[in-house]
Parts: sequence; C-alpha cells; structure tokens
Amino acid sequence: MSIDAVGARIDARAWGWRHAGRSGWALSGIDLAIAPGERVLLLGASGAGKSTLLHALAGVLGGDDDGEAHGQLLVDGQLPELVRGRVGLLLQDPDAQVILARVGDDVAFGCENLGVPRDEIWRRVDAALTAVGLALPLNHPTSALSGGQKQRLALAGILAMQPGLLLLDEPTANLDAHGVEEVRAAVEAVVAETGATLVVIEHRVSIWRELVDRVIVLSASGGVLADGTPDRVLAEQGESLAAVGVWVPGFPPARPVRAPRRDASVVLTTEALVIGRTARASHDEPITLELERGRALAITGPNGSGKSTLALTLGGLLPPVTGTVSAAGLANGAGEEPISWKSRELLTRIGTVFQDPEHQFVAATVRDELAVGPRALGLPEHEIETRIAHLAARLRLNTLLSANPFTLSGGEKRRLSVATVLATRPPLVILDEPTFGQDSRTWQELVALLAELLDDGTSIVAVTHDREFIAALADQELRLVGPTRARHDDVEATR
Amino acid sequence: MSVLTPVKGSQAVYRLNPVSKLAASAIISVTLVLSIDWVSAGVALALQIVLFFWAGLGLRPFFRRTMPIWIAAVLGGCTILLYGRVSGETYFQFLFIQISDGSIELAIATTLRMLAIALPAVVLFVTIDPTDLADGLAQIVRLPARFVLGALAGLRLIGLFAEDWRSLELARRARGIADRGRLRRFWGQAFALLVLSIRRGAKLATAMEARGFGAPNQRAWARESRLRSADGVLVALAIAISTTAVTVSVLTGNWNFIAAQS
Amino acid sequence: MATAIEVPAVEQHRTPKPTSRWRVIDIVVASVIAVAVGLVYFSWNLIYSPASAPLQAALPGLQALVYGVWLIGGVLGGLIIRKPGAAVYVSLVAATVSALLGSQWGLLTLESGLVQGLGAELIFLAFRYSNWRPIVAVLAGAASGLALGINDLVLWFPGATPVFGVIYTTSAIVSGAVIAGLGSWFLVRGLAATGALSRFASGRQAEVDA
Repeated sequence: MSIDAVGARIDARAWGWRHAGRSGWALSGIDLAIAPGERVLLLGASGAGKSTLLHALAGVLGGDDDGEAHGQLLVDGQLPELVRGRVGLLLQDPDAQVILARVGDDVAFGCENLGVPRDEIWRRVDAALTAVGLALPLNHPTSALSGGQKQRLALAGILAMQPGLLLLDEPTANLDAHGVEEVRAAVEAVVAETGATLVVIEHRVSIWRELVDRVIVLSASGGVLADGTPDRVLAEQGESLAAVGVWVPGFPPARPVRAPRRDASVVLTTEALVIGRTARASHDEPITLELERGRALAITGPNGSGKSTLALTLGGLLPPVTGTVSAAGLANGAGEEPISWKSRELLTRIGTVFQDPEHQFVAATVRDELAVGPRALGLPEHEIETRIAHLAARLRLNTLLSANPFTLSGGEKRRLSVATVLATRPPLVILDEPTFGQDSRTWQELVALLAELLDDGTSIVAVTHDREFIAALADQELRLVGPTRARHDDVEATR
Repeated sequence: MSVLTPVKGSQAVYRLNPVSKLAASAIISVTLVLSIDWVSAGVALALQIVLFFWAGLGLRPFFRRTMPIWIAAVLGGCTILLYGRVSGETYFQFLFIQISDGSIELAIATTLRMLAIALPAVVLFVTIDPTDLADGLAQIVRLPARFVLGALAGLRLIGLFAEDWRSLELARRARGIADRGRLRRFWGQAFALLVLSIRRGAKLATAMEARGFGAPNQRAWARESRLRSADGVLVALAIAISTTAVTVSVLTGNWNFIAAQS
Repeated sequence: MATAIEVPAVEQHRTPKPTSRWRVIDIVVASVIAVAVGLVYFSWNLIYSPASAPLQAALPGLQALVYGVWLIGGVLGGLIIRKPGAAVYVSLVAATVSALLGSQWGLLTLESGLVQGLGAELIFLAFRYSNWRPIVAVLAGAASGLALGINDLVLWFPGATPVFGVIYTTSAIVSGAVIAGLGSWFLVRGLAATGALSRFASGRQAEVDA
C-alpha cells in the first residue's frame, strides 16, 4: 500500500519570534513562500534562527509560556499548532526521538495521537518501515538500533502520519558516513513517493545538494539573505557561507602546513592487545601497534568495531582483556602500563578528549574547568593563571571564562574539552571523534591546533570517520574491519 | 536487569493484564496492612508461597529479586523487638531497649507482615512490561493519557543513564580527579547525569509534540488493553487470600487493628 | 506584499504569565526527574540500613534523620516544574520507579510516595504556587517529613512506644527540611545555571537574577 500525501504550502509574512526571558529576537522579518512539493535547503550562520523557524513550522515552539511571535506564519493557510499531523519534524539527536521500547509501537505513536483507527495504524506502520528501508520485526527493541537506524525509525514514525511537510533539523549531524547515506537515501525515497514539501537544515551542503531545488539563506541580523536555485545561491553566497562555517562544496576549509619532524622516539606500543568494555572481548584479533613522537594515528572502522574502546584502552581508562599497552616512553617513573597509573599521573602523560564533551565537564565555570587539571597537579596559582590565559586566547574562549560550560554552543564545548586536556601538557593526546558534527570553521581551527601540537612533538591518536581529517593530519591509519580484523596503513600525505 | 526488559516467559502470569496485577497487589497490601498480627500475615504468606510456584518465577531469580525484602523484614522485626510496645514479661532491658513478650510477638508479626505484603508485589511487578502497563492504566483505569505516556517516555531514558554513567566515570579518571573523594565525585556525576537527562527529556518532549502528542483530540490506541478471565481469576485469588487471612485471624482472636494502637 | 501585524512600538522584556496547564515538556521532564530520583531512592533503599543502624542504636527513632533522601522527589518536582500537582506527580512516579526496580515495600511504596508528595504539595499550594524561595522549599521538605513520620508510624510501626514516635517524626521533619528542602533548592539553582531548565520559569528566573 503506498503512502499518499499532497505537499503543504508555507507562507510567512514579516514573521519573528522571541524566546521568553530573552531581550533579542531570535528571528525577525521573515518573508517566505514555499510551494507544495518544493524541496528547500535552509542555510545560515549559527544563531540565525534556522532551527527556530523549523520548530515554529512544526508548531512546537510553545505558547505564551515560551515566548512571543509577531507577523504571520501559516502552513496550508492555518496556524502550525492546529495542523501538527500535517507536519513532520526530524531532529538531530537520534536518542532523543525514540519514544517507545518496540519498533512497531514507536512508529505507531504518531498515528495514535492523530486518532487513526487501529487497523489503519498497523497498515501505515508496515508501509512506513518499508519506505525507509527498515526491515525489522515489530517487537524489535528500539534500544538496540544504531544511530542511522534510529533516525530512520523516527522518519518512519513521521511518515506514518502521512505529512505534507517534512522538516529535517540537521538530521545527519550525529551520524557516521554510513548512517548519513542511509538517512539521505530514505528521505529521497520518501519525498519522491509522497510529493511532500521538504525543508532541510544541514551545514554540510553536499549531502542534500542533488535533492533540493531551492536554497534559502537566513541572515543572522534578521530576514532572508538569499533565496533561489542551489547553483545561483551557492555561487553568490558560497564564500560568505563558508566563512561562517557552512561546508560549501568548492570552498573547503584550509589545510594546515606541517613542519618536518625532529624527534622519532617511540611513545606508545601495544603487544597482542585484545580490547573489550567488560571482561568479554569486543574485538577478537589482537592489535599490535607502535606510535612515535609527533605522529598522528587515525583509528577507523564501521560502527561497533570497537574504535572507542580501543581509544579508551590506549588512554589507560579501560583495562585490556589480554595483552598489554605499554607507554615506557611516557612513563617518567610511573610504571609502564597506563592502566596502572593513578588518575593524576595520567594528566601529564596522556590526555583523552571524549566524544561527547559534556561528559568531561566537572566545574561550574569555564575558568574553573580549565583549572581542574593544573589544580589536581598542585601547580602554583600564578602558573595556573598563565596557562588558563594562554589556552583561552589560543582557543578563543576568553569571552566565555565565567560562563557555565553546559551553556556553550557545540563548537565552543568541543574547544573547551580540548583546552582542558591541553592544560596539563600531555605528550600524547587521544581524541574520540573530534570533528563529529562540527562546522567548517571549528574544523579548520581544530585541525590547525592539532597540527601545531604535532609539530611540537605531541603524539595524537584520533578515532574518526572523517576522511578529510585523516588526509590533513594522520600519518598512520589503523582500520578495525569489523570485530575480527585490523589493518595498518601508512596514510599518503596529500597536502 | 532493567526495568524496561521484564522477565519473559510463557506461564500464565506473563499474559495477565498489568492492571489486574496492580489490583491484586493492592488488595493484599491494603487488607494485610490494617492489622499487625502474625496469624493473618502467616496465613496469607503460606497461601502466597503456594501461588508463587504456580507463577513459575524460578527459585534463583525469585530470591535474587526479593533479597532486600527479606533483609528489611528481618531488620524491621528487630526494630520492634528492641523498641516495641512493652507487654507481658520483660526479658531484657538496657537504656531504651526492652525485650518483652509483647515486643517479641509484635516483631514476628511485623516481619511476616512485611513479607506477606511485599513478596507478591515483587513477583507481580517483575513481570510487567512498562508499555503494557501504560496502555492498561490509560485505557482501563482511564488515567489521563498525556501523563501516563509522558511518564513512560521519560522512563525509557533510564536505559541511557547507565551508558552515560560509565562515560562520566571514565572522564573523571581522565581529568585527574578520580584518585580521592569518591563520595563527592558520586554527587558530581549524579548532577551531571541529571543535567544530561533533563536536556534529553526536553528534546524528547519536542519530538513527541511534533508527532501530535498532547493535542486536544481523542487519542486512538494501537494496542488494545483488555481484561480477560484470567485477570478475574487473579483478582479473585487475591480477595480469597486476603479474606481467608483476615477471617482466620479474627476467629482465632488475633486480629489487631492498627488504628486501635494508641 | 507584506501585510504585517503591528509590532509593538516599545519592546519590553516581558515575563510570560504562568499557566497551570501542564505542557508536554512539563510532563516529560517531570518524569525524567522522577526517574532519576527514583534511581536514587532505589540505591538508597539498598544502603540505608547500615547507614541508619548506628543512629538507631544511639536513640530509637533517630534513624529517620537520614530519611530526607526519600523526600527529595516532591520538593524538587515542585521547585522545577512550578505547576499544581508537580510535587505529588514526581514523588509518586519516583516511588513507582523504585518499586518497579524491586524495593522492599511494593505497592505501599507508591502510597508513601503519594502521601509524602502531598505534604510538599500542600505547602506549595498554601503559597499559591507563586513563592519559590528557600524558606518555602524548607517548609515543603518539613511537611513531607511530617507526612512520612505519620505514615510510617501508622502503617509500619503501630506497635512502637510514643517516645519512639515523637523522635521518629521529629527526625523525619528535620531531615526533610534540610536534605529535601534546602538540598533541592540548591540543586535547582545549580541546574538552572547549566541552562538545562531554560524552558522553565525556574531556569529563567536564575538567568534574570544572575
């Protein structure tokens, strides 16, 4: 049974929104008309209010409790709050969109809310799951799905409501390359079949370039900056968009120039290392590797192959199941294996930057956050002050020193988590997906910083699926090919 | 063990409607709590033990799940033994402690009572699937759907708590503060977990609203929650156990209404 | 072709009027908080006996000094959500979570949760759901403690002496006031500082004050 929906129309006239408790308008003076069936890519600098616009179109911004609006924003000539079933909104975080414990129930949720009769619900559930390519039994637990699968599940749930307007708010930002492709293909299939109107926000333009027929750019100071065909808008605005962090094809971020290496001593080796989160091994084949000073090792592989586990094991945070991790070159009197080091000893030897920066935050202000490491080492106050000032300047955090770390933007949090690790100057830095979901500006800064560290003699281990990152920085690549094999490669320098 | 993955099986107890399990547990709890005497509690407990074998939970998981109850029941009994109302002959006295005939009897009654009330509750609750419970509460008991489903969705986030907690632990080791101050670190981690969870909850709420949740129209139900004859049997059994226990207790003159304890 | 509605000439920093209807985000976040608190209850259930035993040995009834942990749910819920019924709801759901995880008391845990939540709720109601200062939190915690004391004495310790009863209830009240009342108030302030409560009045107040 196919899914029918006629595309929805969007009309906006001088529309604006202000969140409650803030003095500035998130959006103002928006004039738009989107015809049924159009496919639109929405771009703009961070803070331009793109997400707010999408939430408004979905009718989930809230009422008087949450803020005030002026102007007019209509979907199919009606207020968005009144036509919620007509509009589907897909958000960025796969985990925060799973509502029920079983696949079938989750997809049926939207239909239940709309009052669809029971038989019809289950028919739609089947059709929706097929349309997004999720061939799973209806009682499959939703907690056992990958990121890409969860996003497709959410998409199926939206699809079952048979919406005329599909809104996607950075749907692939938290996914690896495989997941991105899955979601893109699913959206393409859905839009082709239903003829629904599509509005996408994404800062990687290349993902949606072929699918959309219109690009709208919002200005950070209010109003619409540009509106037209992808070719025209990207040609006109491409450079300024790239400058604010959008990944525009044709305007890639700059790659750093590397200096020649001086010291080639070994810092880290593993011997027949078998890793695992618990006592059971998650990766069967023993891993043997060697890392030298000033070199960068990239760990790659598909989801679930144990990349993060390996990074945490190398960092002395998880014990090896069998085999050893040996950091004799870093030991400085502390014993050979990082896992045996005390927490404070790790600070000056190996620094680990987690995939989710929020897991690392322990203080109430950015300044205190930067001071945690040096304080734990017992450094004198003036030394701590110097280090904080230096890092804040280097990583553009000086205006944020008294802010609460949780209130920072995504890019700022990433910079802060890297800065806290660098505060204690470890000779080996391990990063777990450092460029995940980052805009191009932050990417560029991060890569430049890491290149500087490498030139200074710091070694780097990075778990990543970002091929550009690997090409810019990595000297070696360790590919975890599924849970059974590992392959070493020397990365060709393409600079 | 996770509250989201209930014990599964094919025995009858797994097919019962969660609402009837709640009702059965409520009936037993309310009647037994009205009196503190060892006869009513003992009779109820004996009858329940027979039923537990019928429920087929299995001896080892049963004891694993109910161990805290056994411990607490014994401790509760000890409290009463030492500090309970004095009557009859006194056997031991020290400061506030006074062990007497009366307190011994009350202690035994307290222990048996705790067991008789708590054990069936655990057996029944352990087999409840949260989604089915939500369906039952909303469709049969007619609690407001917004609250029941909102609570269910929030409950799901438990699963992510464990992963986040592990990451938070490892991160503290990496930040150099894991050597000392375990208690302080625990509360810091708990706070961070709360922050992450509230944020995720807010996003989840937006996602649910985007799927039409909370709208004023009448909601449909994809899974029907129905009461079957087996549910009636369960409730009848609960009533039977309760009335038998109370009757035996009253007839043997042991009934000890708690409100009369002034 | 814009036919815009008139934008107000003077842009004021308008604080929205509080409504008593629960939004979806109120329900979900209240549930999340309740789940987290329920987990704390569950862990506390497992370890409270050794923690309270020395208190009990010193003075019977004094073990209630550590029972304030079980009263956090109601006060915290009220302070964060700030809507009628929040204290009862969070307290009840937290108790349900700890019951589902296998606490000792089964259904009566829910009853305790309800009664204790009501204690806090009545205080918030008395202040007409518009005063959220520390003193109100302390009173709400104390009221929960009183409810816990009475509830436990009637249902679980009907055979105890009046002295025990007085000590138990007083300890519970103090514990509720300090741990649940003051503790929750500081916790909410900390949460608001992280921006996690930005869609709640409790979060925005902190922004305005800061």
